[in-house]
Formats: sequence, structure tokens, C-alpha cells
Amino acid sequence: MKTFLRIIGGLAVLGVIALLAFIFVPVQISKPAQELAADWQPEPGQGEYVMHASDCVACHTAEGGEPLAGGRAIASPMGTIWSTNITPDAETGIGEWSYDEFRAAMVDGIAKGGTHLYPAMPYENYRLMKEEDIRALYDYLMAEVEPVKNEVQETQLKFPFNLRFGIRAWNWLALTHDAGFNPVGTSDLQDRGQYLVEGPGHCAACHSPRTPFMSQDGVTADEDSFLAGGVIDGWNAPALRGEDSAPQQWSVEQLAAYLATGRNAHSTANGEMGLVVEHSLQYLTDEDNLAMAAFLKGMDGAEVEAPETFAAKGVGAIEIAGADDAGEATASMLTEANPDMPLGARLYSDNCIGCHFASGKGAAEIFPELQDNHMVTGSETKPLISVILNGAEVPGTAKRPMTLRMQGYADRMSDEEVAELASWLRKAWGNDAGQVSAAEVAAVRNADASH
Amino acid sequence: MARQEKKKDVVIVGLGWTGSIAGIELAQEGLDIVALERGHDQDTVPNFEYPQQIDELKYGVRLKMMQKPSQQTVTVRRNDGETALPYRSLGSFLPGNGVGGAGTHWNGLNWRPQEVELKLRSHVRDNWGEQIIPEGMNLRDYPVSYDELEPFFTQFEKVAGISGYAGNLNGEIREGGNPFEGWRSEDFPMPPLPTTYDSAKFQEAAKAMGYHPFPASAGIASTAYVNPYGMQMGPCNFCGFCERYGCYQYSKSSPQTAILGALKRMPNFEYRTGSEVLRVELAEDGKTATGVTYWDEAAQEEVFQPADIVILSSYQLNNVHLMLLSGLGEAYNPLTGEGTLGKNYAYQMNGGVSMFFKDAEFNPFVGHGANGMVIDDFSISQNDFGAEGFIGGSYWRAGTFNGQPIRNMPLPKGTPSWGAGWKEGIGEWYGHAMSIGSHGSHMSYANNHLDLDPTYTDRHGRPLMRMTFNWQDNDLKMNQFMKSKMEPLAASMNPDIMQAGFKNIGAQYDVRPYQTTHNTGGHIMAENAREGAVNRYSQTFKAHNVFAMGAGNFVQNTQYNPTGLVGGLAYHTVHAIRTQYLSNPRPLV
Repeated sequence: MKTFLRIIGGLAVLGVIALLAFIFVPVQISKPAQELAADWQPEPGQGEYVMHASDCVACHTAEGGEPLAGGRAIASPMGTIWSTNITPDAETGIGEWSYDEFRAAMVDGIAKGGTHLYPAMPYENYRLMKEEDIRALYDYLMAEVEPVKNEVQETQLKFPFNLRFGIRAWNWLALTHDAGFNPVGTSDLQDRGQYLVEGPGHCAACHSPRTPFMSQDGVTADEDSFLAGGVIDGWNAPALRGEDSAPQQWSVEQLAAYLATGRNAHSTANGEMGLVVEHSLQYLTDEDNLAMAAFLKGMDGAEVEAPETFAAKGVGAIEIAGADDAGEATASMLTEANPDMPLGARLYSDNCIGCHFASGKGAAEIFPELQDNHMVTGSETKPLISVILNGAEVPGTAKRPMTLRMQGYADRMSDEEVAELASWLRKAWGNDAGQVSAAEVAAVRNADASH
Repeated sequence: MARQEKKKDVVIVGLGWTGSIAGIELAQEGLDIVALERGHDQDTVPNFEYPQQIDELKYGVRLKMMQKPSQQTVTVRRNDGETALPYRSLGSFLPGNGVGGAGTHWNGLNWRPQEVELKLRSHVRDNWGEQIIPEGMNLRDYPVSYDELEPFFTQFEKVAGISGYAGNLNGEIREGGNPFEGWRSEDFPMPPLPTTYDSAKFQEAAKAMGYHPFPASAGIASTAYVNPYGMQMGPCNFCGFCERYGCYQYSKSSPQTAILGALKRMPNFEYRTGSEVLRVELAEDGKTATGVTYWDEAAQEEVFQPADIVILSSYQLNNVHLMLLSGLGEAYNPLTGEGTLGKNYAYQMNGGVSMFFKDAEFNPFVGHGANGMVIDDFSISQNDFGAEGFIGGSYWRAGTFNGQPIRNMPLPKGTPSWGAGWKEGIGEWYGHAMSIGSHGSHMSYANNHLDLDPTYTDRHGRPLMRMTFNWQDNDLKMNQFMKSKMEPLAASMNPDIMQAGFKNIGAQYDVRPYQTTHNTGGHIMAENAREGAVNRYSQTFKAHNVFAMGAGNFVQNTQYNPTGLVGGLAYHTVHAIRTQYLSNPRPLV
């Protein structure tokens, strides 16, 4: 008995020691993936470019706030996370951070002082960035960004997520990949694209599925689940691989145009992707947007032919596509406009056909296709409902300065009508997705009203 | 004491078509530019949003997009013997308000003038002799030729996004296009739009009579379109709400669809709305301008905006008014012919035939502002002025447009205008009517001119501008000629009822009913300072750093809607500024 108690006591002591160690022993910080020469200096503009490529502004800027001064609320399954001030203000920003501390945040998710960052900060992905880019970004943030004194709201999640040391365990599951970039080596262009997609672009943060522990399932190109599609806050981040995915359906030129301008011959970017275009992708060089497009196109092994340019100005008239075989039946019904056609079709004729046409093909670069549109047919119905109710907006970009706006129909249609329309759209022109209920519409409408 | 703003390289007065063109082209030179706009800001998003925009009562009847007479207006009289009275309720013409100006609320009819229209005095002299020019007509040549302007027409059409089919491609006449148009170096940027049933009927009848129908040249998109600035248009859905509205569909050519989004991104360009320019300030020697003084509506104070170059790009009436108030030339005296400001104010001479067909359904709600088929068989280049006894011409068009319910209910003459009889008439005839319009030239005359009103002032205490204008026999004769030609064509279509509306000799100008917002002249182009206010580059003879854009430059009005010529002249002007003026500021002529 004594022996047993001794063993139990010993185990308890060991457990406490282990727990204390888990909480208090400093975590291992990754070493730089490459050593930079002592006199290494970033190219002029390199740091700002990395900042754009990494889309820092989108999260680290509050609505109407100073760029990079933090304070944006980021919804997560654990609760609201408030982004931090990354201007070089000594008190409220990162002015006192050393380069090693900065790298630790980017690569290991550990802030100055050893606190674990919530993984809303995509260090799972930034971990893959090249040392020189992290360094250039640091130099830029420290030397070229004006310090802004902005005390942001502290993130206060509910138990147990408020115990940040728990992230240490999570990191064991999530950070199984080494820091630094490993090119596949198909071509220089595709390797560059792979780097931007995997690392700074952190595309997997939305477009890869999540494990049961909410870590990214597929962080690098060698994993099959990489960019196989995710769900973020009720929105589908569509798969970027597989037969039906946009990269396989679209040309490299169209993909690059979508990234750089938020629009192409098929579709327009809205929601979160619209923000990525607005704050990040439109600032990248044509070569880099082409590189990402080429990488995505070739990810499943397709031969890649990249054009020299894309989204040229002054391309002039772009012919309107007619209905294809899959869409012909729907198009004929809409054109005949028999009053007996289903309510969804009638609502479409009354409200949508002026831009998206009977063919469901829309018009290149301005009115998106609804046939085979992943937002229309996605597993999540919230985006489609939300666009019908509230409309959508594509930001103006350097190559396509027009801001495109679809108006919302919340005032014109009841929940039942929106559900009828959405359900009809999900079956029209060969689309094949499930019904939308009035209750789902009501939920989106009410959530909007409470915001 | 006026507040003073930081000096700019360029100040632009009015942010419509020509102000936007000057803004983006000069911003590309790296110049620091401010545009001052009297009205409000407006853009496709959020201002023209569907369905709020297609509110006929608000915009069509109550004219929400237009200038308020309390803000700015003119006084009007028909001749020097009358006392001019203020135009207190908009009727005959509708100057716009706000960013985009008339380029936002127009119908989208975009035309180039014919070659002979730009050299009309020479054309008359060479073919019939100057003795056929009636007394009192100030018939002149433009100081630029069609050939010189052709690249700039093309440039404007590419920017604006124009749909059509070239009838004269580099001199080759093409079946299905307008055989009488000036040559085009390239085909239209977009193919023509499909047309409506009334157009098809007109086309058939016109062909049968040996005329040459072609699709109207439309500032309305027939396809998706990306212009040279990367700006975009979407194909028109024929909703029928063009004139008096902004287009919610990105389909109508306008500064909003063609230029402003790209311009606003340029860091060296800014614009201020609620900023009404009161006068151009001249240097002490009077040979250059130092900037402009404007009224800041928000601050309720006068502001001096210094600048090296002043671009006057407000509406024609306002441009002339500003120039008169600022001494940018001498006021025109119709008795002596001296002075140039206010000279050669001109308008448009229109008419038409309505036809009612019991058995035809025209669906008049389907259309757009530049819909339809056109013939140019009675255009200026085709008419024998000596034989017919007038100088001028017109284009004819049939095609439903603006088929909105309140204002577009054509009924046979004699139908009661209200009550049970009206309802019965609507029941019988709605959707069964079509019309052919004649859109005719208007010459310039000593009688028709603009000056400062001796009595009435605006809210800033400035004299209002006075319009002296009446119809003249020459243009009325042209109109009657069109009637004589159009009625047989209409009759050949066998309508159940047909009625013509053409002003006859003796008609007096009535400012109340809407006619057209094609007010032209007043700061006309000329070879020299004695004959006009600006030179061939729209540069004022008075101050070489002031350029006056727009239809005020027209020496007489053409038979077409003015936008194409306005746009071509604007690109011609900014090209001269870029290539000749900036490196060496001076009078360019």
C-alpha cells in the first residue's frame, strides 16, 4: 500500500513538474532556415512587397483605422480575436521587438516575452517563408512604417482557450513541418508561385481543410489535402485542386487576372477573397500573380503554359457567351418566359437576368457566371444567401479600377422567395446542389440585422 | 478675404466628360491637379443602384439629377426687343449637376460630325456661292478639319465604349453601315446592339424607298468591354432608363464608367465637390490666369485656388457665363459683330412623325437611349442647299427609347388628356405607337447670343447670363423639308393613324417643353481673336493658360448629338497641351 501511495505520489509530483514545465519552460525557437550574410540588406521596396504578399494589412488594420495599427476583430471558432498593432510604436506596437523575436512570431507563433500567439496569425504558413523575406519585412515594419500609438482591445477567449500555454500542445500537432521553403522544382515560375501560395500568401489558411484539432490539414504542396477546400465562418473557400476546381477549369491567364483584379471571364472575387485582392494581390507584380496561377494550375500535374501578360487595358469588346449544352434547357425556359415556370425561375427573370442572362453565363469580367459557380453550388449556403440579400462588391484594382457592385435584394424578397431563388439557382444550367430553406435565409438575414 | 489653397499645376472647373478627360490625360503627365465640381459626388456605386435609380417620378419628372434653377440659371428672351426673364422651371434644356455632369444623364447617342459640317462655309461657297447664306447667319468653318480630329474621335470612342458598325472604313463604304459618315480609321469598339421591332419596320420601309439604314452609333455597351484605362462596361439589358438617369448596369458611356475610377486612383489628382467656381482670376497684365475663385459650399466661404493652367470644362452655358464674368474676352455685340463671348449660341432643330398601328405590338418599355436604325440620306452632305433654300440637314432615327410609364404614352391627336377618355385611349393605343425622329442642324445667327443680364443676379450676386434665342427661317425651312420627305416614308408603312410634329415657318421659341440639351457655341473656336474666343486647341485668345472645353466651342451646331465632337475636341486639346504647351507655355496659334 505504501509502495502504491509512493508511486501515486511520485507520479503526481512528476505530473505537476511536467505541467509546470509545459507552462513555464521556454519553448524551442526555430533557427533561421537560411543564414544571411552579416552585411545583408533587403532590396529597396522588398519589405513592403513582402508585407503586401503576406496580406498583413487585411488583418492588422481596423475598419477605418491606420494601416497595420491593429484592432480588427477576427472571428474564430474559439471567439473573437483582436489583431495586434504591428507598427513600430514602442508601447503599443512592436517597436521594442528584436529581429529574433519577430522571426519567432512569424515562424513559431511566439510573441516577445514568450506568449503563444493564437493561430489566427498564420505562422503555420509564414513558417515556410524565406529568411530574407522575414528579415526584409521586419526592416520595413521597423524603419519605413510610421509608429502609431494604438492600444488594441485584448483578446479574451473563454476557458479553456484563454490558457495560451495550451497552444503549445496544439503546435505539436500543427507545426510538424520544418521552417523554410522546399520547392517542388517543376519550373522556376511554378516554384515562385508555390512559395507565394504556401508561405506569404498563406492560401492554405482558408483553402485547406482543417483537422479535428483545427490545424491546417495540408500546409505544403506535397500533401494531397493541400488546398483541397475549406470552410471559414460559413463560407466555402473552394478547392483549388481537383477536376472541378477553378484552377483546372480556368486558364493560367484567367487565374492570374482573378488574383490581380478580382475578376475574370468567369467570376468575381467577393467576401474574404475580395479583401485579399484589395489588400494584397493587386499590389503584386504581374510575374508573381502569373507564378501563383501557374503553380495552382500545375499542382495536379497539368502541363502549364503561362502567357506573358494578362488583364491588359484596352482589350475592348468581349463577346457574350451563349448557353452551353448543360445550360440550354434552363436558358430556353427563361427565354420562353412561360408564366407557369417555377417561382425561382420567375424571381430570376424579375431580378437577376438583366446581368447574368438566361444563359447563366453573365458577361466577362463584370457580371459573374452562375453556372458552375462555386459560391452558388457550395456546401455552405450562407454566401449565396448573403449575396442575394446584401449584394456583393468587387474592389477597384490597379489594372481594373472599376468598383463593381451588385445590389442586395433584402428589401425586395421574402425569406421564402430568396430560398426559392437560391434553390432554383443551385439546380439551374446543370448546377447540382441541394435546396436552401427559408429558415437558412432567415438565419442569415437576422445575423446581418444583429451586426 | 478669401481662403487660399495650395497652388496646383492644373485646376479643372467641372468634372464631367471633358474635365475627366483633361484630368486623366494631364495626370498621366505627372501634373498636380485639382478638379472643382459645383455639385455632389456620384458614382455607379452607390448612387445609381437598382432599383432606386429607375424612379421616373424622382429623376424623369422631378429632375433629381439636374441643376436647380435656384442654384444657377439663365434669363431668356427671343430677341433684343424683349425683356429676358429667368428660366425658373427647367423645360427646354436640362443642364446636369454633380460629378459626371451631362455625361451621366445623357441618352448615349454618340456621333461624329460629317467632314463638310466642320467646313460648312467653304462647302456652301464652293458648291452654291456665299450669296445663298441668309442675312444674319454667322456661318463659319471650324478651324480644325475632320482629318485632323479623326484620331481623337477614335480615341474618345474607345474610351467611352461606343457600339456600332462602320459604314466608311478608311474610305471603303461598307454595306449595312452609314455610307455618308466621315471615314473611320478603325471599326467601332463594340458591335451594334440588336434593335427593336419599330426599328426593323423603319429599316424595311427606308430600304424600300432606296435609303440607307444603319444601326445608331451608341454610347451603350453591346458586350462586356474594357477600355484603354482598364475601365469596364457591361452589356445593356434594354431597361429603357437612360436619359435623366445614371446607369445602374455599367452599360452607358459616362465619366463614371469610362474614366473616374481610374482617375481617382491617381495620387496626383484630387477633386472637391460642393465647389462652385465664381470666376477665373487674371494676372495684372490680363494675359494669363492665376487661378480661380470658388465658393466652398461646406465652409460657406470663397476660396482662391491658384494654378498654372485653368481648364474650363463645365457645361456650355456655365463656361460662357464664367468667361463673361471673368473678362476672358469681349462680350459679343450683335449689332456691330464685335466681340466674341456669347457669340453663335445655337441649338437643335428637331421634328418627327408618330404612327399608330392597331395590330402591331412595339413593347415600348424595351429600349435604350441610343436604340434604333438611322438614315443619313437627308444629312448635310446630301442636301442641295441651293435648290432647297436652306442650309442644314438632319438624321432620322426610329427605335424605342425611354419608354417609361409617366412621360411616354403617345396617343392620337384628339384623345382627351385625362379622365375616362384618356384611359380608353391608353387601353386602345398603348404599345401600338412608334415614331421616327428628325434630329436637325442649327445654324448660328446674330440674333442668337448670350450676354450678362442687366437685371437678375444669382445667389452669389453675379449677373445671370441672358440667352437671346429664337427659331430662324433657315432651320425651320430645313425642318419643313424633312416633313415633306418623312411623311411619304411613314405613309408607306401603312399606319392606322399618323401625325407629324415639325415646327413651321414663324414658330417662336418656347422654353417650357423639353426639346434638347444640346446648347452650343458662345465661346466658339476660330482662326483669330476677332472671330472667336478660343483657337483650334480650345485655348482662349485672351489668356493662353486657360482652355475652354465643350460644346461652347461649336461655331454652329451640327445635325448630330454633340458628345462625339465634344469628346474628340477634348482629346485634341489635351494632346496639344501635352505635346506642345507644357514644354513651352504660350499661345499655340
